[in-house]
Amino acid sequence: MLNTVQTNSPPQSALADSDSVPDIVRLEGVGKVFPATRKSSAVTALSSIDLSAPKGSITAIIGRSGAGKSTLIRLVNGLERPSSGRVLVDGEDIAQLPEDRLRHIRRSIGMIFQHFNLLSSRTVFDNIALPLEIGGMARKEIAERVTPLLELVGLADKRDRYPAELSGGQKQRVGIARALATRPKLLLSDEATSALDPETTQSVLELLKRINSELGLTILLITHEMEVVKSIADNVAVIDGGKIVERGSTFDVFTHPQHHTTKVLLSGVPGMQLPAYAQAHLSQERREGAEVVLRIVFSGPHATDPVLSRLTGELGVSLNILGGAVDEIAGKPFGTLFVSFLADEARLERVRSTLAGLNLTTEVLGYVA
Amino acid sequence: MSPEIAWLIVRATIQTLHMVAVAAVIGSIIGVPLGVFLATSEKGELFEAPITNKVLGAIVNAARSTPFIILVVAIIPFTRLVAGTSIGTTAAIVPLTIATIPFVARLVEASIREVDPGLIETARSMGATPMQIVLKVLLAEARPGITLALTLTIVSLIGYSAMVGAVGGGGLGDLGIRYGYQRFMPEVMLAVVVVLIVLVQIVQSIGDGLARRFDKRQRSR
Repeated sequence: MLNTVQTNSPPQSALADSDSVPDIVRLEGVGKVFPATRKSSAVTALSSIDLSAPKGSITAIIGRSGAGKSTLIRLVNGLERPSSGRVLVDGEDIAQLPEDRLRHIRRSIGMIFQHFNLLSSRTVFDNIALPLEIGGMARKEIAERVTPLLELVGLADKRDRYPAELSGGQKQRVGIARALATRPKLLLSDEATSALDPETTQSVLELLKRINSELGLTILLITHEMEVVKSIADNVAVIDGGKIVERGSTFDVFTHPQHHTTKVLLSGVPGMQLPAYAQAHLSQERREGAEVVLRIVFSGPHATDPVLSRLTGELGVSLNILGGAVDEIAGKPFGTLFVSFLADEARLERVRSTLAGLNLTTEVLGYVA
Repeated sequence: MSPEIAWLIVRATIQTLHMVAVAAVIGSIIGVPLGVFLATSEKGELFEAPITNKVLGAIVNAARSTPFIILVVAIIPFTRLVAGTSIGTTAAIVPLTIATIPFVARLVEASIREVDPGLIETARSMGATPMQIVLKVLLAEARPGITLALTLTIVSLIGYSAMVGAVGGGGLGDLGIRYGYQRFMPEVMLAVVVVLIVLVQIVQSIGDGLARRFDKRQRSR
């Protein structure tokens, strides 16, 4: 099944300085300090942030709450101003712009929110029309713009309903249509799926993905859910304590997480961690007669090779499968398998080198009796 | 009840309606913007002006803590300046309006502060000017609350207007005191009270109805 999945390459590995694709957003050495008030001392929300979102890509910033991601995304449309560094949007440094210029630029940046932020007093149609009214568009032109957007997000039959009459997923669709109304070059998503149930989350993510590919719209999103990153992001930056601790293509970060925070965030994703029942018996000490526990990571073209039969057949190892998962990350097949088997050092080395020969990564997690 | 007395009641009702209507309209024209300003001018807000906010807030508090009957006599020189006279229905409108402004302002401020700050941020993210945020977001979203606030204001004004007999303002309250109490005509007192009850009921029903129609937050139709 896996080999039917297209492995379309995502826009270039993004967060690193690279190549021909221009960046819609580029943050250079950005810091943000909230000055001391009578009640609290100064707070450093962000420090020396470098980040870029190439045109046409979906870039995710993930972190736990309080990591600074909300502040970070608000820097991009000037709702917050940085204390230091440059915030380039389509090549223009918006950090120093006066408010009226900034307002103009904001009209070319759409934004969607965790709690949708729809006006309860306006119908679906009028909510989508709001940014166009603000931009001073004529009533007739507004109708021509809004109607196809209602179609795009699948809410044509709800145009005269009020937000209170809609489900969470429908409200977010209105939010997305509203964000697209001004035909922005950038869409900012502030935890857009965090208030939705898993099923609705998937449908909203699919809509975002479709918008990204059909309209070529650049999307910068923040989230605390790895599932969101896994489903739609081309690139990811992990933020912790106001700093970016890891970044790269989603596939690389998921398959080979480096930083502790990344690993913790990934632990909730199926197949990233040894199942709890096995974890409980795991020990780092090697005792007589203990089985070694190995994590095998399948990725890329070898994800579909019949690896297990080779191990048992050619090397004569009898494997215990403890857990595992096969999944798709950023459109590429990816699998992990946790196995245990009885082996001495020499045999373990043979197994690992065989697997390494197939370009599979292995990691010894410990031993179980 | 004699036709003369009936005519007195009709005339007093018209006087009350006249005073209440003019005071409510002028009071709201000044009070609503003042309330919006009070709700949006603290530190970090849309029209940040913390000092002006504090000063206006203090004036509003002072005006609201002055008993109405004292306000009526205390501002007589000002009333004469504005109305050209210090007695009569027209003169009574001045203190009524002065009392209405801070009343409306505080109620409108409370309604505006009920609006989700996330909506202000959303409008800012769309590139809205502060004025657009007030008109398209704050006032629109607070409309049910402001409608109820103005209803409450009119009901209170009907009560206050009973006190302007002190400056010869006329109206239902004045009639009730002079005829019902001082001339021992309980049937006039009763008639005045009934008319006032009916007036308040009508105002409240209209206000509630409008507020319900403006409020799209809960209902599904």
